[in-house]
Amino acid sequence: MSTKRHESLGLSNEQVIEMYKTMLLARKIDERMWLLNRAGKIPFVISCQGQEAAQVGASFALNRSEDYVAPYYRDMGVVLAFGMTAKDLMLSAFAKAEDPNSGGRQMPSHFGQKKNRILSGSSPVTTQVPHAVGVALAARMEKKDFVSFVTLGEGSSNQGDFHEGLNFAGVHKLPVITMVENNKYAISVPIEKQIAAEKVSDRAIGYGMPGFTVDGNDPLAVYEAVKEARDRAVNGEGPTLIEAVSYRLTAHSSDDDDRTYRNKEEVDEAKKKDSIFTFATYLQEAGILNDELETEINDEINRIVNEATDYAENAPYAEAESALKYVYEE
Amino acid sequence: MPVMSYIQAVTAALKEEMQRDEKVFVLGEDVGKKGGVFRATDGLYDEFGEYRVLDTPLAESAIAGVGIGAAMYGMRPVAEMQFADFIMPAVNQIISEAAKLRYRSNNDWNAPITIRAPYGGGVHGALYHSQSVEAVFANQPGLKIVMPSTPYDVKGLLKAAIRDNDPVLFFEHKRAYRLLKGEVPEEDYVLPIGKADVKREGSDVTIITYGLCVHFALQAAEKLAEEGIDAHILDLRTVYPLDQEAIIEAAKKTGKVLLITEDNKEGSIIGEVAAIISENCLFDLDAPIQRLAGPDVPAMPYAPTMEKYFMINPDKVEKAIRDLAEF
Ligand SMILES: Cc1ncc(C[n+]2csc(CCOP(=O)(O)OP(=O)(O)O)c2C)c(N)n1
Ligand SMILES: [Mg+2]
Repeated sequence: MSTKRHESLGLSNEQVIEMYKTMLLARKIDERMWLLNRAGKIPFVISCQGQEAAQVGASFALNRSEDYVAPYYRDMGVVLAFGMTAKDLMLSAFAKAEDPNSGGRQMPSHFGQKKNRILSGSSPVTTQVPHAVGVALAARMEKKDFVSFVTLGEGSSNQGDFHEGLNFAGVHKLPVITMVENNKYAISVPIEKQIAAEKVSDRAIGYGMPGFTVDGNDPLAVYEAVKEARDRAVNGEGPTLIEAVSYRLTAHSSDDDDRTYRNKEEVDEAKKKDSIFTFATYLQEAGILNDELETEINDEINRIVNEATDYAENAPYAEAESALKYVYEE
Repeated sequence: MPVMSYIQAVTAALKEEMQRDEKVFVLGEDVGKKGGVFRATDGLYDEFGEYRVLDTPLAESAIAGVGIGAAMYGMRPVAEMQFADFIMPAVNQIISEAAKLRYRSNNDWNAPITIRAPYGGGVHGALYHSQSVEAVFANQPGLKIVMPSTPYDVKGLLKAAIRDNDPVLFFEHKRAYRLLKGEVPEEDYVLPIGKADVKREGSDVTIITYGLCVHFALQAAEKLAEEGIDAHILDLRTVYPLDQEAIIEAAKKTGKVLLITEDNKEGSIIGEVAAIISENCLFDLDAPIQRLAGPDVPAMPYAPTMEKYFMINPDKVEKAIRDLAEF
């Protein structure tokens, strides 16, 4: 048999299994959150489903002990790869005091964890882009070898901060990688109504940086693009724009009903390309994953998700008066 | 002690802080080679190089946002908005990001960024080069807003802003830049953010104001002293969060309070000052609180007649003090 794709990318069998596990963990946490939401236990969910491959593929191409990430709300795959745990995520879903993202102050999926170099994010979309550029500027000034990695949705790539941030990075050739996770919709508005250019990555030329469109359902394709972008960044060749095309498999959020703007056939068609299954198939065909290992992985992830859910559900809320804390340095 | 202009005090503070701490850097439009359109960063590019005095693209949200990102990493950016009027494209970064970062991350992250901006009128700057924008930001917990009135205060407060671990908006009155001169110690000193300062002791009427209006008040007070009216002048220096204790003390001192701002009257900083006084000083007041402010029109017009009509000046202040003294 010829060299397998992951091997030609320099990835070991253990690494691709680790990628698969991270994708699956993200999916399973996400699915559990929907159940908890529908059971009335948590007020809000916003999903990563359909984007795990892009998130995990990209993260594994980064230096996960030195690089900085500025994720957006769907990036459960990114934050898990960067060291956040299922328990941390469940604590945030239940808005409990121990939530490392915000202590229960922000809605779930507003990620942030300094010890893992995950920049804190907010709700207004795209504000994180200039932040990642600022971190990259600091890397340049401090003569450090890390890069920053920032993500956003394709609809969000219409915001001024996208343009301002990428232009700034292009002018100063800063080590920042921007990945647009094109899931074809911004809530209800399809990509054709968001962007007149054929591809989001076409925008790169305006910022003087290379732009690539890759299959966001293929973690190895995304890995390869981000790996090359990172190499360029640390070699002083500047920023890169990557568009990872996939599909949003759930409604926009737990408050949205996507049946009002897209049909079931379209969603079913997209599900055939769901990376959780297609990547499992790749691993099986490569002889790395068998039924036994798959059962083992599933059991382990189930246990992790159950434990995280139980822990978070029983964890205490922050004291009411603690709402007054940390406006300024104390 | 050397005498410096208000803008020289800005430059001195920046330079000394950049010498003291390598993490301090300046970014903004035209701040590098040119040294700033007002020359606030004059000489810094030659001393500290391109990256520590960074000419950015013309994009205010990026200036603030990139600064916030660098601050999150641990740098100490001093971002310049060329005019306070042009801070508007950066409002989302300042209010949604800088102001809320510490709070939203439950104290995990913080953004020690200083954003400097020249504000204020009386310079033939018309609508978009004359505004006072502090009220836009003065109901945003997480931000601090400093508006110094003297070169001495500029140096001590700008240093404090740069060393502060939270975001500080530092508004400099552009007419004060070269108009005002004063003694500024050569040595390093910082002044406390959040503390008002008594600029004149008096017993008849209390004037509470900030920025250039402090000088109009001082001029008016000197004149009125000849008539036997003794004005007490409190300079807020930090307009958000306000120094409530100093405000209450100053109001109680004379029982007659005149509040002055160059900003439009309704919704301005001094409305909040009035609220603090009415909550705390009812039985100490001998007259209704008076406000002297710009008219409620969108901004300052260009023609000298209308500009003069809009601006506060010593004559307007003098009249307002006299009226209050006679109440
Ligand atoms: C500045 C701003 N405007 C509007 C919203 C409301 N909003 C939240 S997500 C969203 C759609 C984002 O679409 P896209 O960027 O494609 O990301 P996706 O959710 O598809 O991953 C909108 C309109 C917001 N959060 N911020
Ligand atoms: Mg989208």
